[in-house]
Amino acid sequence: MGTPAMTVKAVPREITMQAPVARCADQGSISRLASIAAGEPFETDTHDAIGTEDAVLEVRDFKLWYGEKQALFDIAMNIPRGRVTALIGPSGCGKSTLLRSVNRMNDLIDSVRIDGQMLLSGESVYGPEVDVIELRKRMGMVFQKSNPFPMSIFENVVYPLRIDGIRDRSVLEEVCERSLRGSALWEEVKDRLKDSALGLSGGQQQRLCIARAIAAEPEVLLMDEPCSALDPMATGRIEDLIHELRGAYTVLMVTHNMQQASRTSDYTAFMYLGRLIEYGATEDIFLNPHLRETADYITGRFG
Amino acid sequence: MVWLTGGALVLSVLMVAGLLLLVVTEGVSTFWPGPLVEVTLDDGRVLLGEVNRVEEDPGSTARITTRTMLRTGNFDVSGTHFTWFDDAAVTRTEEPEWAVLFERNSWGRFYGIPQELLIDGEVVADTPAAVWRRFLQLHGPCRDRLVERRSLERDEMGRLNARREEARLRVRAALLDHPEGSLPVLQARENQQKIDDAADEEFEGIAARIEQLDTENRRYAIRVLTADGSGKVMALDEIVRAFPANRQGTGGKLTIYLSRAFEFIFDEPREANSEGGVFPAIVGTLVMTLIMCMLVVPFGILAALYLREYARAGWAVSAVRIAINNLAGVPSIVFGVFGLGFFCYILGAWIDGGPTSPASAGSWFVYLGLLLALLGAAVFATWHRTRLPPARRSEQNFLLWVVPALWSGVALLFVTVVWFSPWFNGFYRAELPNPTFGKGGLLWASFTLALLTLPVVIVATEEALAAVPGSMREGSYACGASKFQTIWRIVLPRAMPGIMTGIILAMARGAGEVAPLMLVGAVKLAPELPVSAVDWSGSVGPLPTLFVHSERSFMHLGFHIFDLGFQSQNSEAAKPMVFTTTLLLISIVVILNVFSIWIRGRLRKKFVASGGF
Repeated sequence: MGTPAMTVKAVPREITMQAPVARCADQGSISRLASIAAGEPFETDTHDAIGTEDAVLEVRDFKLWYGEKQALFDIAMNIPRGRVTALIGPSGCGKSTLLRSVNRMNDLIDSVRIDGQMLLSGESVYGPEVDVIELRKRMGMVFQKSNPFPMSIFENVVYPLRIDGIRDRSVLEEVCERSLRGSALWEEVKDRLKDSALGLSGGQQQRLCIARAIAAEPEVLLMDEPCSALDPMATGRIEDLIHELRGAYTVLMVTHNMQQASRTSDYTAFMYLGRLIEYGATEDIFLNPHLRETADYITGRFG
Repeated sequence: MVWLTGGALVLSVLMVAGLLLLVVTEGVSTFWPGPLVEVTLDDGRVLLGEVNRVEEDPGSTARITTRTMLRTGNFDVSGTHFTWFDDAAVTRTEEPEWAVLFERNSWGRFYGIPQELLIDGEVVADTPAAVWRRFLQLHGPCRDRLVERRSLERDEMGRLNARREEARLRVRAALLDHPEGSLPVLQARENQQKIDDAADEEFEGIAARIEQLDTENRRYAIRVLTADGSGKVMALDEIVRAFPANRQGTGGKLTIYLSRAFEFIFDEPREANSEGGVFPAIVGTLVMTLIMCMLVVPFGILAALYLREYARAGWAVSAVRIAINNLAGVPSIVFGVFGLGFFCYILGAWIDGGPTSPASAGSWFVYLGLLLALLGAAVFATWHRTRLPPARRSEQNFLLWVVPALWSGVALLFVTVVWFSPWFNGFYRAELPNPTFGKGGLLWASFTLALLTLPVVIVATEEALAAVPGSMREGSYACGASKFQTIWRIVLPRAMPGIMTGIILAMARGAGEVAPLMLVGAVKLAPELPVSAVDWSGSVGPLPTLFVHSERSFMHLGFHIFDLGFQSQNSEAAKPMVFTTTLLLISIVVILNVFSIWIRGRLRKKFVASGGF
């Protein structure tokens, strides 16, 4: 494959799993989980830290149904600009659904109905006059399994520009290099940009998808479990990359991996059964959660 | 169980291999020249020819119970092409050195020993070796003159006749719209007169040249002694090919073999198709298959795209799918009947003479088309409107206006056609009652086969589209691509190998189909190729010089095989040609398939290969 020796950089691990939640005084867990399951209303515990940030995406009372079944209940959260926000929670809690609602990928499913609204930089996402195509161009998305297109590496990266009708070779080349550098893939593929993207390794493919997602300078980068199909080496590289993207891009990431959330994100939101339970700075959520069920989930007592 | 299943497989493989082996051995050996044997029978008859077949004679009581079929030729002398004799009756067998096989333009093969070569009736050589030497010198030029004569007769005179016919039709067309004596009619007549005069003049020149060639060729003749001792004088230009078979070494036989194979592929048939080449049939098959592809590929791919990418699953789509699969199972002759009934007799007659001509069935199908279009538009628009989720209405508001607008445009077009149809008198009314498009022809055959192969393309394309991973589509949508962009840039390239497979399958099916073609335009012997070179020199600059006469009937390899095998007067002589033509057809299909596999492999490497992980 000609991959240069990969050095897994020691990720700064300020937060570790060694000190699980001793300071949580909340005791209402069992009954509250039961009441959520029974469909009773629930008030999200949003930490004050969120309020101090500039929100790039505002979610307001967002509800979503798959046919008759409601999958999201009154989600209200602000995604801070230039930060990495992680969505965690047990399987089926609606974190991927919420992520895919942001760029309206759920529109592709016939039975989906929504209520409430989202604002991207103050502009409505679900308004009647919104052009979905234009909206999606403002966001980048990385999927669970890498999905490079059946074309060359170069064409893969500049695909968002191509569909915008940009043909200027110099612009395309510049964007390609910038994006590949941004996704830490440039050095590995710069000599074979014309080769098929399908010849890359799994980790390289996923970084290629990230390059593609950031090619059009998105306002928000959505990542749906970007490392779940990768081995630990590749996962380490992607996590480093997410770390480097912080500041330049707003990242909203779904993950199943608690360590990953703690290592890479600035803010963490815990979801359960379609509801946003607790949302705050990653450090607080992991070390000093307000709610008992958050602590239980993080320490692996359920989920 | 493993023996049962394995045995079934082995049996199938053996049958296919046996078929191929039979066709290949018979087909390949057709052109190989065998020895000429002279047998003397106990009743005093002497026969000369090629051994065609030896078989057990159940009625024989003699010690040797086999009998032999000898191809003795000389039909014009003996009245038979083949002679049976009992092997028990043979008193002497030999292979005379100077026995020569003559292949002729007509009357089949001639076997005999060259006796004299005549120029202007004078004997210039009188031993076989001397005759043969002179023959080799003189035969080539004689054939060249004959080829030139034929080309003059067909191409030059054909051109003149076509010009005259055109002028005549112009007069008829003028008479249809204007009374006798009016200006357009007078002009047309004047034009016809001019063209006739010019053609007459040119005609004389050509006729003189033909006469000159004929006179020259008549000077040369060869006298051949047959086995039973009678002589026969043949003009040299009558002889296509001749060789002393028993004097040929392997190299000589190979030359004859290649010469015959070359004639087979690049020449026209002789002798009611049982000799000569199949070039017109190859051209007809290829052109028809190409036109069929041009019709079926866009339609099939678009239909499959709609079914797979746009239509939402429901009973209607399922019904359409079932209908398509059933269409694939309809006997092909049914398509032939439909093609004849609709394309030739209704659509063709309409094109020829318009709805008012007595030959036409009227414009009912235009009304039907209008009705269907309106119905389709209505169904599509309503269905689209009701099925859109609220969140997406705004997004496609634009489309919702465009779609009905488009459909109304189509409807308007139809209305115009219908409105004006009483005044539409057809494009070829002057030719009536001779039909131009109102009979079987290349176009209608292609249409019929396109219908026949449509399910193949649709099913293959649908499968290829379904095999494109959903994650690729999602990735494209997430980049902000529209549905069309996603299909055009991601889905279609990725599905291309599968689509190509479908197209090639359809081509192979279409190239091999016979039954419907018999009804819609394939003929035993087409006077002209369905493609011709066109001289555009008078018009705008360089243009492609090939013109497809889509109304002409054509020859087809599959039909040719049927014709050779079952419709030939001289079936014993035609039999080897059946196998050779079959071999050619199989080869064409195999070449198509190999080509498709190669293309698919290339595309797959480009679009689908998934690295090494």
